[in-house]
Amino acid sequence: MNLESIPIQAFLIVSSALFCTGIWGLLNSRNAVRVLMSIELMLNAVNINLMSFSSYVDNNLIQGQVFTIFVITVAAAEAAVGLAILLSLYRNRVTVDMESFNLLKW
Amino acid sequence: MSIAITTQIICFSVLSLIILIGALGVVLLENIVYSAFLLGGVFMSVAGLYLLLNASFVAAAQVLVYVGAVNVLIIFAIMLVNKKEDLKPISDIKSRRIISTSICLTLLSLLIRVDLTNVWSLSSPQNSIGEESTIRIGEHLFSDYLLPFEVASVLLLMAMIGAIVLARRDVMTKDISTGLPVDQELIEKSSEPLLTNKN
Repeated sequence: MNLESIPIQAFLIVSSALFCTGIWGLLNSRNAVRVLMSIELMLNAVNINLMSFSSYVDNNLIQGQVFTIFVITVAAAEAAVGLAILLSLYRNRVTVDMESFNLLKW
Repeated sequence: MSIAITTQIICFSVLSLIILIGALGVVLLENIVYSAFLLGGVFMSVAGLYLLLNASFVAAAQVLVYVGAVNVLIIFAIMLVNKKEDLKPISDIKSRRIISTSICLTLLSLLIRVDLTNVWSLSSPQNSIGEESTIRIGEHLFSDYLLPFEVASVLLLMAMIGAIVLARRDVMTKDISTGLPVDQELIEKSSEPLLTNKN
């Protein structure tokens, strides 16, 4: 497929907006599960960036797609461990409110 | 694969709209179950963008890993911790909202300015590998990216063991910081099976 019809800037702007939405959710969520979802949004924004650069700038070697696969791997591991931490926090604190997770505060 | 230019533009606009509105829904909706399902829609639309970018393998991996694994995991977590609770109000919530929103908007304007003003050194479309991308990814993974590939497998094993260890049922009986006994009602106790023979 020839890609001249859509400029690379369109993909980059979509990924920027997705990343900023993820940061907003990360900063403003009270629910710990929603914080994990915001992190997934940010990782997806990074993946869109890597994929568009791999298709437009490096369209023969496509190393960006390999990086995207590694990012997907790390995101899956992060989601599993993050939700396990969340479960054990919930067992000990009986809440998912981010404001009450202050065990590591000095 | 060749699609008409207008079709490409229409597909891109629809997918971007779904991504952006869905992401806003994920962070803004009150009910977290709706957020989780919208997150699945966002992941599917991102996979559609990958298909537009000629990357069928990564699109399939995105659907399998994100929609099939991560999203299901998040929905399971919501089911396990879904308790209606009234959150304590925060006194300075308004200033926090203002500060975080302004930070995000500033970052967004900065990123969009970089996107639009930078001159990207685009490579010529004649070199494009097109539909052969899956073959090229396989070559990469087993030649120059072999070590990261193996390290990723070790990472997945560590994450699996770590998740099992962290989510096990034997927990502390006392809160670490306060010393108060912890409510143990979430922990499965040994109980009579529901379908015992009554006679």
